[in-house]
Amino acid sequence: MYIYADNAATTKTSEAAIRAMTKVMEETWGNPSSLHSTGQRAKEVLEGAREKAAALLGCEPREITFTSGGSEADNMAIVSAAKNGARKNKKHIVSTAFEHHAVLHTLKKLEKEGFEVTYVEVPENGVVTVESIRDAIREDTCLVTVMFANNEIGTLQPIAEIGAVCREKKVPFHTDAVQAVGHVYVNVKEQNIDMLSLSAHKFHGPRGIGLLYAKRGIILSNLIEGGAQERGKRAGTEDIASIVGMVTAMEEAVRTIDEHAALLIPKRDRLIAGLSKIPHSTLNGDPEKRLPGNVNMSFEGVEGESLLLLLDDRGIEASSGSACTSGSLDPSHVLLAIGRPHEVAHGSLRLTFDADVTDEQIDYVIKNVGEVVEYLRNMSPLWFAKVEGRKEFYL
Amino acid sequence: MALYSDKVMDHFRHPRNVGKIEDADAVGEVGNAVCGDIMKIYLKIENDIITDVKFETFGCGSAIASSSMATELIKGRPVSEALELSNKAVAEALDGLPAHKMHCSVLAEEAIKKALLDYYTKNNIPYDESIFAGLDEEIESHHD
Repeated sequence: MYIYADNAATTKTSEAAIRAMTKVMEETWGNPSSLHSTGQRAKEVLEGAREKAAALLGCEPREITFTSGGSEADNMAIVSAAKNGARKNKKHIVSTAFEHHAVLHTLKKLEKEGFEVTYVEVPENGVVTVESIRDAIREDTCLVTVMFANNEIGTLQPIAEIGAVCREKKVPFHTDAVQAVGHVYVNVKEQNIDMLSLSAHKFHGPRGIGLLYAKRGIILSNLIEGGAQERGKRAGTEDIASIVGMVTAMEEAVRTIDEHAALLIPKRDRLIAGLSKIPHSTLNGDPEKRLPGNVNMSFEGVEGESLLLLLDDRGIEASSGSACTSGSLDPSHVLLAIGRPHEVAHGSLRLTFDADVTDEQIDYVIKNVGEVVEYLRNMSPLWFAKVEGRKEFYL
Repeated sequence: MALYSDKVMDHFRHPRNVGKIEDADAVGEVGNAVCGDIMKIYLKIENDIITDVKFETFGCGSAIASSSMATELIKGRPVSEALELSNKAVAEALDGLPAHKMHCSVLAEEAIKKALLDYYTKNNIPYDESIFAGLDEEIESHHD
Protein backbone atom coordinates (compact mmCIF):
# COMPACT_ATOMS: atom_id res chain seq x y z
CA MET A 1 0.00 0.00 0.00
CA TYR A 2 1.17 3.55 -0.69
CA ILE A 3 0.01 6.48 1.43
CA TYR A 4 1.28 10.00 1.02
CA ALA A 5 0.69 11.45 4.49
CA ASP A 6 2.81 14.58 4.24
CA ASN A 7 0.35 17.08 2.79
CA ALA A 8 1.46 19.75 5.27
CA ALA A 9 4.85 19.63 3.52
CA THR A 10 3.36 19.86 0.07
CA THR A 11 0.35 18.66 -1.87
CA LYS A 12 -0.04 17.12 -5.30
CA THR A 13 -0.85 19.77 -7.90
CA SER A 14 -4.49 19.46 -8.93
CA GLU A 15 -5.37 18.55 -12.52
CA ALA A 16 -7.43 21.71 -12.89
CA ALA A 17 -4.44 23.82 -11.79
CA ILE A 18 -2.12 22.04 -14.24
CA ARG A 19 -4.61 22.53 -17.09
CA ALA A 20 -5.06 26.21 -16.26
CA MET A 21 -1.30 26.73 -16.07
CA THR A 22 -0.67 24.97 -19.36
CA LYS A 23 -3.30 27.13 -21.01
CA VAL A 24 -1.61 30.31 -19.76
CA MET A 25 1.80 29.14 -20.96
CA GLU A 26 0.39 28.31 -24.38
CA GLU A 27 -1.93 31.26 -24.87
CA THR A 28 -1.16 34.20 -22.61
CA TRP A 29 2.61 34.10 -22.27
CA GLY A 30 3.02 37.83 -22.82
CA ASN A 31 4.62 40.25 -20.39
CA PRO A 32 1.80 42.09 -18.60
CA SER A 33 3.92 45.23 -18.50
CA SER A 34 3.99 45.40 -22.32
CA LEU A 35 1.68 47.86 -24.00
CA HIS A 36 0.86 45.69 -27.03
CA SER A 37 -2.07 43.30 -27.31
CA THR A 38 -0.11 40.17 -26.36
CA GLY A 39 1.07 41.90 -23.19
CA GLN A 40 -2.34 43.30 -22.39
CA ARG A 41 -4.02 39.91 -22.78
CA ALA A 42 -1.59 38.59 -20.17
CA LYS A 43 -2.36 41.60 -17.97
CA GLU A 44 -6.07 40.78 -18.15
CA VAL A 45 -5.45 37.21 -17.04
CA LEU A 46 -3.23 38.41 -14.21
CA GLU A 47 -5.77 40.93 -12.95
CA GLY A 48 -8.58 38.40 -13.33
CA ALA A 49 -6.64 36.03 -11.07
CA ARG A 50 -6.09 38.81 -8.54
CA GLU A 51 -9.82 39.56 -8.46
CA LYS A 52 -10.65 35.91 -7.85
CA ALA A 53 -8.05 35.59 -5.09
CA ALA A 54 -9.41 38.74 -3.45
CA ALA A 55 -12.99 37.46 -3.60
CA LEU A 56 -11.92 34.17 -2.01
CA LEU A 57 -10.17 35.96 0.86
CA GLY A 58 -12.77 38.68 1.35
CA CYS A 59 -10.60 41.65 0.36
CA GLU A 60 -10.02 44.09 -2.51
CA PRO A 61 -7.86 43.09 -5.51
CA ARG A 62 -5.44 45.94 -4.86
CA GLU A 63 -4.77 44.53 -1.40
CA ILE A 64 -3.15 41.43 -2.94
CA THR A 65 0.57 41.21 -3.73
CA PHE A 66 1.77 38.05 -5.44
CA THR A 67 4.98 36.60 -4.00
CA SER A 68 7.21 33.57 -4.49
CA GLY A 69 5.45 31.79 -1.63
CA GLY A 70 4.55 31.92 2.03
CA SER A 71 8.05 32.68 3.27
CA GLU A 72 8.41 35.78 1.12
CA ALA A 73 4.95 36.96 2.13
CA ASP A 74 5.78 36.49 5.84
CA ASN A 75 9.08 38.34 5.44
CA MET A 76 7.44 41.19 3.57
CA ALA A 77 4.56 41.58 6.02
CA ILE A 78 6.76 41.63 9.10
CA VAL A 79 9.53 43.83 7.71
CA SER A 80 6.94 46.29 6.38
CA ALA A 81 5.08 46.52 9.69
CA ALA A 82 8.38 46.95 11.53
CA LYS A 83 9.45 49.82 9.27
CA ASN A 84 6.07 51.47 9.63
CA GLY A 85 6.36 51.10 13.39
CA ALA A 86 9.90 52.45 13.56
CA ARG A 87 8.72 55.65 11.86
CA LYS A 88 6.45 56.24 14.85
CA ASN A 89 9.09 55.04 17.30
CA LYS A 90 7.16 51.83 17.93
CA LYS A 91 9.62 48.97 18.00
CA HIS A 92 7.85 46.17 19.83
CA ILE A 93 6.32 43.08 18.19
CA VAL A 94 4.07 40.40 19.69
CA SER A 95 4.28 36.86 18.36
CA THR A 96 4.25 33.28 19.65
CA ALA A 97 6.92 30.72 20.38
CA PHE A 98 5.67 28.23 17.79
CA GLU A 99 5.52 30.27 14.59
CA HIS A 100 6.98 29.02 11.32
CA HIS A 101 10.68 29.79 10.82
CA ALA A 102 9.78 32.24 8.04
CA VAL A 103 8.27 34.36 10.82
CA LEU A 104 10.66 33.49 13.68
CA HIS A 105 13.85 34.08 11.71
CA THR A 106 12.54 37.40 10.37
CA LEU A 107 11.76 38.43 13.96
CA LYS A 108 15.27 37.36 15.07
CA LYS A 109 16.71 39.57 12.36
CA LEU A 110 14.62 42.51 13.57
CA GLU A 111 15.72 41.89 17.17
CA LYS A 112 19.31 42.37 16.01
CA GLU A 113 18.21 45.65 14.46
CA GLY A 114 16.87 46.93 17.77
CA PHE A 115 13.29 45.67 17.83
CA GLU A 116 11.94 43.93 20.89
CA VAL A 117 9.78 40.83 20.43
CA THR A 118 7.48 39.23 23.00
CA TYR A 119 7.01 35.53 22.22
CA VAL A 120 3.76 34.62 23.91
CA GLU A 121 3.83 31.20 25.56
CA VAL A 122 1.83 28.44 23.97
CA PRO A 123 -0.28 26.25 26.30
CA GLU A 124 0.04 22.47 26.14
CA ASN A 125 -2.95 22.15 23.81
CA GLY A 126 -1.20 24.31 21.21
CA VAL A 127 -3.86 27.04 21.17
CA VAL A 128 -2.71 30.49 22.29
CA THR A 129 -5.13 32.47 24.40
CA VAL A 130 -6.54 35.80 23.33
CA GLU A 131 -5.78 37.14 26.82
CA SER A 132 -2.09 36.30 26.52
CA ILE A 133 -1.92 38.30 23.29
CA ARG A 134 -3.88 41.18 24.81
CA ASP A 135 -1.55 41.25 27.83
CA ALA A 136 1.53 41.33 25.62
CA ILE A 137 0.45 44.36 23.58
CA ARG A 138 2.12 47.62 24.68
CA GLU A 139 1.94 51.27 23.73
CA ASP A 140 4.92 50.77 21.43
CA THR A 141 3.68 47.56 19.77
CA CYS A 142 3.78 47.91 15.98
CA LEU A 143 2.72 44.38 15.00
CA VAL A 144 1.01 41.25 16.27
CA THR A 145 1.79 38.16 14.20
CA VAL A 146 0.14 34.84 15.08
CA MET A 147 -0.21 31.89 12.74
CA PHE A 148 -3.67 30.73 11.69
CA ALA A 149 -2.94 27.00 11.95
CA ASN A 150 0.26 25.46 13.21
CA ASN A 151 2.21 23.59 10.55
CA GLU A 152 3.30 20.74 12.81
CA ILE A 153 0.52 20.08 15.27
CA GLY A 154 -2.28 21.57 13.17
CA THR A 155 -3.84 23.57 16.00
CA LEU A 156 -6.17 26.42 15.02
CA GLN A 157 -5.69 29.76 16.73
CA PRO A 158 -8.48 32.16 17.78
CA ILE A 159 -7.68 34.44 14.87
CA ALA A 160 -10.87 36.50 14.68
CA GLU A 161 -10.70 37.20 18.43
CA ILE A 162 -7.01 38.15 18.33
CA GLY A 163 -7.82 40.35 15.34
CA ALA A 164 -10.57 42.07 17.33
CA VAL A 165 -8.15 42.81 20.18
CA CYS A 166 -5.64 44.24 17.70
CA ARG A 167 -8.34 46.45 16.17
CA GLU A 168 -9.27 47.69 19.61
CA LYS A 169 -5.62 48.42 20.42
CA LYS A 170 -5.00 49.82 16.93
CA VAL A 171 -2.12 47.44 16.24
CA PRO A 172 -1.72 45.83 12.78
CA PHE A 173 -2.37 42.09 12.86
CA HIS A 174 -0.61 39.63 10.53
CA THR A 175 -1.35 35.94 10.28
CA ASP A 176 0.67 33.25 8.54
CA ALA A 177 -2.25 31.31 7.06
CA VAL A 178 -0.13 28.97 4.93
CA GLN A 179 -1.62 25.84 6.50
CA ALA A 180 -5.12 27.22 6.81
CA VAL A 181 -6.27 28.60 3.47
CA GLY A 182 -8.21 25.98 1.54
CA HIS A 183 -8.52 23.80 4.65
CA VAL A 184 -10.57 25.93 7.04
CA TYR A 185 -12.73 29.04 6.55
CA VAL A 186 -10.64 32.17 6.08
CA ASN A 187 -12.05 35.66 5.49
CA VAL A 188 -9.84 38.62 6.26
CA LYS A 189 -12.70 41.06 6.71
CA GLU A 190 -14.80 38.92 9.03
CA GLN A 191 -11.75 37.74 10.96
CA ASN A 192 -10.21 41.19 11.50
CA ILE A 193 -6.98 40.33 9.68
CA ASP A 194 -4.78 43.18 8.43
CA MET A 195 -2.14 41.07 6.73
CA LEU A 196 -2.17 37.43 5.65
CA SER A 197 0.38 35.15 3.99
CA LEU A 198 -0.45 32.07 1.97
CA SER A 199 1.31 29.56 -0.23
CA ALA A 200 -0.24 27.77 -3.23
CA HIS A 201 1.35 24.36 -2.84
CA LYS A 202 -0.37 23.69 0.46
CA PHE A 203 -3.75 23.49 -1.27
CA HIS A 204 -2.86 21.64 -4.49
CA GLY A 205 -1.46 24.63 -6.33
CA PRO A 206 2.08 24.85 -7.75
CA ARG A 207 5.21 25.44 -5.66
CA GLY A 208 7.02 28.79 -5.85
CA ILE A 209 3.97 31.02 -5.65
CA GLY A 210 2.02 32.65 -2.87
CA LEU A 211 0.58 35.97 -1.91
CA LEU A 212 0.42 38.63 0.74
CA TYR A 213 -2.82 40.35 1.58
CA ALA A 214 -2.22 43.74 3.18
CA LYS A 215 -5.13 45.95 4.15
CA ARG A 216 -5.35 49.24 2.33
CA GLY A 217 -3.35 51.88 4.18
CA ILE A 218 -0.57 49.55 5.29
CA ILE A 219 2.60 50.69 3.56
CA LEU A 220 4.54 47.75 2.17
CA SER A 221 8.33 47.77 1.88
CA ASN A 222 10.01 46.09 -1.06
CA LEU A 223 12.11 43.02 -0.51
CA ILE A 224 12.92 42.98 -4.23
CA GLU A 225 13.70 46.20 -6.07
CA GLY A 226 13.33 46.65 -9.80
CA GLY A 227 10.38 47.17 -12.13
CA ALA A 228 6.99 48.56 -11.22
CA GLN A 229 5.17 45.23 -10.98
CA GLU A 230 2.69 44.70 -8.14
CA ARG A 231 2.14 48.45 -7.70
CA GLY A 232 5.89 48.87 -7.44
CA LYS A 233 6.07 46.73 -4.32
CA ARG A 234 7.45 43.50 -5.73
CA ALA A 235 9.67 43.69 -8.80
CA GLY A 236 10.02 40.89 -11.34
CA THR A 237 7.89 39.83 -14.31
CA GLU A 238 4.80 38.14 -12.94
CA ASP A 239 4.65 34.34 -13.13
CA ILE A 240 1.13 34.35 -14.50
CA ALA A 241 0.96 30.59 -15.07
CA SER A 242 1.74 29.92 -11.41
CA ILE A 243 -0.59 32.71 -10.26
CA VAL A 244 -3.45 31.25 -12.31
CA GLY A 245 -2.58 27.74 -11.10
CA MET A 246 -2.69 29.01 -7.51
CA VAL A 247 -6.03 30.75 -7.88
CA THR A 248 -7.56 27.76 -9.70
CA ALA A 249 -6.44 25.44 -6.88
CA MET A 250 -7.60 27.93 -4.26
CA GLU A 251 -11.10 28.15 -5.77
CA GLU A 252 -11.36 24.36 -5.77
CA ALA A 253 -10.01 24.02 -2.23
CA VAL A 254 -12.16 26.77 -0.74
CA ARG A 255 -15.29 25.42 -2.46
CA THR A 256 -14.74 21.95 -0.99
CA ILE A 257 -13.65 22.90 2.56
CA ASP A 258 -16.81 21.63 4.29
CA GLU A 259 -17.10 18.54 2.15
CA HIS A 260 -13.45 17.61 2.74
CA ALA A 261 -13.62 18.35 6.46
CA ALA A 262 -16.63 16.04 6.73
CA LEU A 263 -14.62 13.27 5.06
CA LEU A 264 -11.39 13.88 6.96
CA ILE A 265 -12.42 14.56 10.54
CA PRO A 266 -13.92 11.11 11.30
CA LYS A 267 -10.86 9.43 9.76
CA ARG A 268 -8.47 11.72 11.60
CA ASP A 269 -10.19 11.00 14.90
CA ARG A 270 -10.24 7.25 14.26
CA LEU A 271 -6.51 7.36 13.51
CA ILE A 272 -5.82 9.34 16.69
CA ALA A 273 -7.87 6.83 18.70
CA GLY A 274 -6.06 3.92 17.06
CA LEU A 275 -2.56 5.30 17.60
CA SER A 276 -3.39 6.38 21.15
CA LYS A 277 -3.76 2.70 22.02
CA ILE A 278 0.01 2.36 21.66
CA PRO A 279 1.25 2.48 25.28
CA HIS A 280 3.15 5.60 26.36
CA SER A 281 2.05 7.70 23.42
CA THR A 282 0.32 11.06 23.20
CA LEU A 283 -1.44 13.30 20.74
CA ASN A 284 0.33 16.62 20.24
CA GLY A 285 -2.09 19.52 20.01
CA ASP A 286 -5.76 19.97 20.81
CA PRO A 287 -7.93 17.04 19.68
CA GLU A 288 -10.66 19.30 18.28
CA LYS A 289 -9.18 22.71 17.50
CA ARG A 290 -6.98 21.28 14.75
CA LEU A 291 -6.82 21.00 10.98
CA PRO A 292 -9.09 18.27 9.59
CA GLY A 293 -6.18 16.32 8.09
CA ASN A 294 -3.52 16.66 10.81
CA VAL A 295 -2.42 13.96 13.25
CA ASN A 296 0.71 14.48 15.35
CA MET A 297 1.71 11.85 17.90
CA SER A 298 4.72 11.19 20.12
CA PHE A 299 5.84 7.70 21.08
CA GLU A 300 8.13 7.42 24.05
CA GLY A 301 11.42 5.54 23.65
CA VAL A 302 11.69 5.78 19.86
CA GLU A 303 13.37 8.29 17.60
CA GLY A 304 11.46 9.91 14.75
CA GLU A 305 13.85 9.46 11.86
CA SER A 306 14.08 5.68 12.31
CA LEU A 307 10.33 5.61 12.51
CA LEU A 308 9.99 7.56 9.25
CA LEU A 309 12.48 5.41 7.35
CA LEU A 310 10.79 2.17 8.38
CA LEU A 311 7.34 3.56 7.59
CA ASP A 312 8.64 4.67 4.19
CA ASP A 313 9.73 1.07 3.57
CA ARG A 314 6.10 0.12 4.19
CA GLY A 315 4.77 2.78 1.82
CA ILE A 316 3.79 5.36 4.42
CA GLU A 317 5.31 8.79 3.81
CA ALA A 318 5.19 11.07 6.85
CA SER A 319 7.36 13.54 8.76
CA SER A 320 8.74 14.02 12.25
CA GLY A 321 9.87 16.74 14.61
CA SER A 322 13.00 14.85 15.64
CA ALA A 323 16.33 16.66 15.49
CA CYS A 324 17.62 14.17 12.95
CA THR A 325 14.96 15.19 10.46
CA SER A 326 15.20 18.91 11.14
CA GLY A 327 18.84 19.25 10.15
CA SER A 328 19.61 20.82 13.52
CA LEU A 329 20.53 19.32 16.84
CA ASP A 330 17.34 20.37 18.55
CA PRO A 331 13.99 18.76 17.98
CA SER A 332 10.93 20.68 16.82
CA HIS A 333 10.60 24.12 18.41
CA VAL A 334 6.83 23.66 18.19
CA LEU A 335 6.81 20.55 20.36
CA LEU A 336 9.22 22.15 22.82
CA ALA A 337 6.96 25.24 22.91
CA ILE A 338 3.96 23.17 24.00
CA GLY A 339 6.11 21.75 26.79
CA ARG A 340 7.11 18.36 25.42
CA PRO A 341 10.48 17.20 26.80
CA HIS A 342 13.24 16.81 24.20
CA GLU A 343 13.06 13.05 24.02
CA VAL A 344 9.29 13.09 23.52
CA ALA A 345 9.75 15.62 20.73
CA HIS A 346 12.40 13.36 19.13
CA GLY A 347 9.80 10.58 19.04
CA SER A 348 7.14 12.50 17.14
CA LEU A 349 5.30 11.55 13.98
CA ARG A 350 3.25 13.93 11.83
CA LEU A 351 0.71 12.47 9.42
CA THR A 352 -1.14 14.96 7.24
CA PHE A 353 -3.81 13.67 4.90
CA ASP A 354 -5.62 14.73 1.80
CA ALA A 355 -9.39 14.28 1.53
CA ASP A 356 -9.00 11.20 -0.67
CA VAL A 357 -7.53 9.07 2.14
CA THR A 358 -9.47 5.81 2.59
CA ASP A 359 -10.53 3.84 5.66
CA GLU A 360 -8.29 0.99 4.51
CA GLN A 361 -5.32 3.36 4.47
CA ILE A 362 -6.12 4.56 7.98
CA ASP A 363 -6.26 0.94 9.18
CA TYR A 364 -2.97 0.23 7.45
CA VAL A 365 -1.32 3.24 9.14
CA ILE A 366 -2.61 2.23 12.59
CA LYS A 367 -1.32 -1.33 12.18
CA ASN A 368 2.06 -0.41 10.74
CA VAL A 369 2.88 2.46 13.07
CA GLY A 370 2.10 0.13 15.97
CA GLU A 371 4.41 -2.56 14.60
CA VAL A 372 7.28 -0.22 13.81
CA VAL A 373 7.09 1.52 17.21
CA GLU A 374 7.17 -1.86 18.93
CA TYR A 375 10.10 -3.02 16.80
CA LEU A 376 12.13 0.12 17.55
CA ARG A 377 11.29 0.01 21.25
CA ASN A 378 12.63 -3.53 21.36
CA MET A 379 16.08 -2.26 20.46
CA SER A 380 15.92 0.96 22.46
CA PRO A 381 17.99 1.16 25.65
CA LEU A 382 15.91 4.20 26.62
CA TRP A 383 12.71 2.16 26.40
CA PHE A 384 14.18 -0.68 28.47
CA ALA A 385 15.43 1.80 31.09
CA LYS A 386 11.85 3.05 31.45
CA VAL A 387 10.23 -0.37 31.44
CA GLU A 388 12.71 -1.59 34.05
CA GLY A 389 12.07 1.45 36.22
CA ARG A 390 15.53 3.01 35.92
CA LYS A 391 14.00 6.04 34.20
CA GLU A 392 10.59 7.65 34.53
CA PHE A 393 8.01 7.62 31.79
CA TYR A 394 6.86 11.04 30.63
CA LEU A 395 3.77 9.75 28.85
CA MET B 1 15.99 7.32 0.41
CA ALA B 2 19.04 8.88 -1.12
CA LEU B 3 20.09 10.39 2.20
CA TYR B 4 22.00 7.22 3.07
CA SER B 5 24.18 4.72 1.22
CA ASP B 6 22.78 1.27 0.44
CA LYS B 7 25.05 -0.14 3.11
CA VAL B 8 23.67 2.19 5.80
CA MET B 9 20.14 1.26 4.77
CA ASP B 10 21.01 -2.44 4.81
CA HIS B 11 22.41 -2.23 8.35
CA PHE B 12 19.51 -0.04 9.43
CA ARG B 13 16.86 -2.37 7.99
CA HIS B 14 18.64 -5.55 9.05
CA PRO B 15 20.75 -4.62 12.05
CA ARG B 16 23.28 -7.25 13.10
CA ASN B 17 23.77 -8.20 16.76
CA VAL B 18 20.73 -6.46 18.21
CA GLY B 19 19.87 -7.36 21.77
CA LYS B 20 21.24 -7.87 25.25
CA ILE B 21 23.82 -10.21 26.74
CA GLU B 22 22.48 -11.07 30.17
CA ASP B 23 25.85 -12.24 31.56
CA ALA B 24 27.94 -9.69 29.70
CA ASP B 25 31.54 -9.22 30.80
CA ALA B 26 31.33 -5.53 29.98
CA VAL B 27 28.70 -2.92 29.16
CA GLY B 28 29.10 0.60 27.78
CA GLU B 29 26.41 3.22 27.28
CA VAL B 30 26.84 6.65 25.69
CA GLY B 31 24.63 9.47 24.47
CA ASN B 32 21.50 10.84 26.09
CA ALA B 33 17.80 11.09 25.45
CA VAL B 34 17.84 14.88 25.18
CA CYS B 35 20.10 14.66 22.12
CA GLY B 36 18.01 11.87 20.65
CA ASP B 37 20.56 9.07 20.61
CA ILE B 38 21.70 6.47 23.11
CA MET B 39 23.89 3.46 22.35
CA LYS B 40 24.51 0.54 24.63
CA ILE B 41 27.07 -2.15 23.86
CA TYR B 42 27.31 -5.54 25.60
CA LEU B 43 30.49 -7.63 25.32
CA LYS B 44 31.45 -11.23 26.07
CA ILE B 45 35.23 -11.47 26.35
CA GLU B 46 37.20 -14.72 26.64
CA ASN B 47 41.01 -14.84 26.68
CA ASP B 48 41.12 -11.24 25.53
CA ILE B 49 38.95 -12.01 22.49
CA ILE B 50 35.51 -10.46 22.00
CA THR B 51 33.51 -13.62 21.51
CA ASP B 52 30.11 -11.99 21.42
CA VAL B 53 28.71 -8.50 21.13
CA LYS B 54 25.19 -7.08 21.17
CA PHE B 55 23.81 -3.59 21.01
CA GLU B 56 20.70 -1.57 21.80
CA THR B 57 20.24 1.83 20.21
CA PHE B 58 17.73 4.64 20.53
CA GLY B 59 18.39 6.93 17.62
CA CYS B 60 18.16 7.73 13.95
CA GLY B 61 18.83 5.46 10.99
CA SER B 62 22.53 6.16 10.91
CA ALA B 63 22.85 5.61 14.67
CA ILE B 64 21.35 2.14 14.34
CA ALA B 65 23.45 1.36 11.25
CA SER B 66 26.64 2.62 12.95
CA SER B 67 25.98 0.44 15.99
CA SER B 68 25.34 -2.57 13.80
CA MET B 69 28.48 -2.04 11.72
CA ALA B 70 30.65 -1.36 14.77
CA THR B 71 29.57 -4.63 16.39
CA GLU B 72 30.41 -6.50 13.19
CA LEU B 73 33.85 -4.91 13.09
CA ILE B 74 34.83 -5.98 16.62
CA LYS B 75 33.17 -9.37 16.86
CA GLY B 76 35.81 -12.11 17.16
CA ARG B 77 38.61 -9.52 17.42
CA PRO B 78 41.09 -9.09 20.27
CA VAL B 79 40.33 -6.34 22.80
CA SER B 80 43.42 -4.41 21.67
CA GLU B 81 42.04 -4.19 18.13
CA ALA B 82 38.58 -3.13 19.30
CA LEU B 83 40.24 -0.34 21.26
CA GLU B 84 41.68 1.00 18.05
CA LEU B 85 38.39 1.07 16.18
CA SER B 86 37.85 4.64 15.00
CA ASN B 87 34.62 6.34 14.07
CA LYS B 88 36.13 6.91 10.64
CA ALA B 89 36.52 3.18 10.13
CA VAL B 90 32.86 2.65 11.05
CA ALA B 91 31.73 5.37 8.63
CA GLU B 92 33.97 4.06 5.84
CA ALA B 93 32.67 0.52 6.31
CA LEU B 94 29.19 1.96 5.80
CA ASP B 95 30.30 3.61 2.52
CA GLY B 96 30.16 6.98 4.22
CA LEU B 97 27.71 8.96 6.32
CA PRO B 98 26.27 12.42 5.62
CA ALA B 99 28.41 15.10 7.34
CA HIS B 100 25.75 15.95 9.93
CA LYS B 101 25.49 12.25 10.83
CA MET B 102 29.17 11.63 11.52
CA HIS B 103 28.50 11.98 15.26
CA CYS B 104 26.60 8.66 15.07
CA SER B 105 29.84 6.87 14.17
CA VAL B 106 31.58 8.74 17.00
CA LEU B 107 28.97 7.43 19.41
CA ALA B 108 29.60 3.88 18.19
CA GLU B 109 33.35 4.23 18.75
CA GLU B 110 32.78 5.68 22.20
CA ALA B 111 30.21 3.10 23.24
CA ILE B 112 32.77 0.38 22.52
CA LYS B 113 35.53 2.26 24.34
CA LYS B 114 33.27 2.73 27.32
CA ALA B 115 32.44 -0.99 27.40
CA LEU B 116 36.14 -1.84 27.24
CA LEU B 117 36.89 0.58 30.07
CA ASP B 118 34.22 -1.24 32.06
CA TYR B 119 35.98 -4.52 31.27
CA TYR B 120 39.38 -3.23 32.42
CA THR B 121 37.94 -1.70 35.58
CA LYS B 122 35.90 -4.77 36.56
CA ASN B 123 38.83 -7.09 36.08
CA ASN B 124 41.44 -4.81 37.63
CA ILE B 125 43.44 -4.84 34.43
CA PRO B 126 45.88 -1.95 34.21
CA TYR B 127 45.28 0.29 31.21
CA ASP B 128 46.56 3.38 29.53
CA GLU B 129 44.26 6.13 30.81
CA SER B 130 45.02 8.35 27.85
CA ILE B 131 42.99 6.05 25.59
CA PHE B 132 39.86 6.86 27.56
CA ALA B 133 40.72 10.40 28.49
CA GLY B 134 37.87 12.81 28.07
CA LEU B 135 35.44 10.10 26.97
CA ASP B 136 32.50 11.47 28.92
CA GLU B 137 33.35 15.09 28.24
CA GLU B 138 33.59 14.39 24.53
CA ILE B 139 30.25 12.66 24.50
CA GLU B 140 28.60 15.60 26.18
CA SER B 141 30.14 18.10 23.82
CA HIS B 142 28.82 16.56 20.61
CA HIS B 143 25.51 18.22 21.06
CA ASP B 144 26.43 21.55 22.55
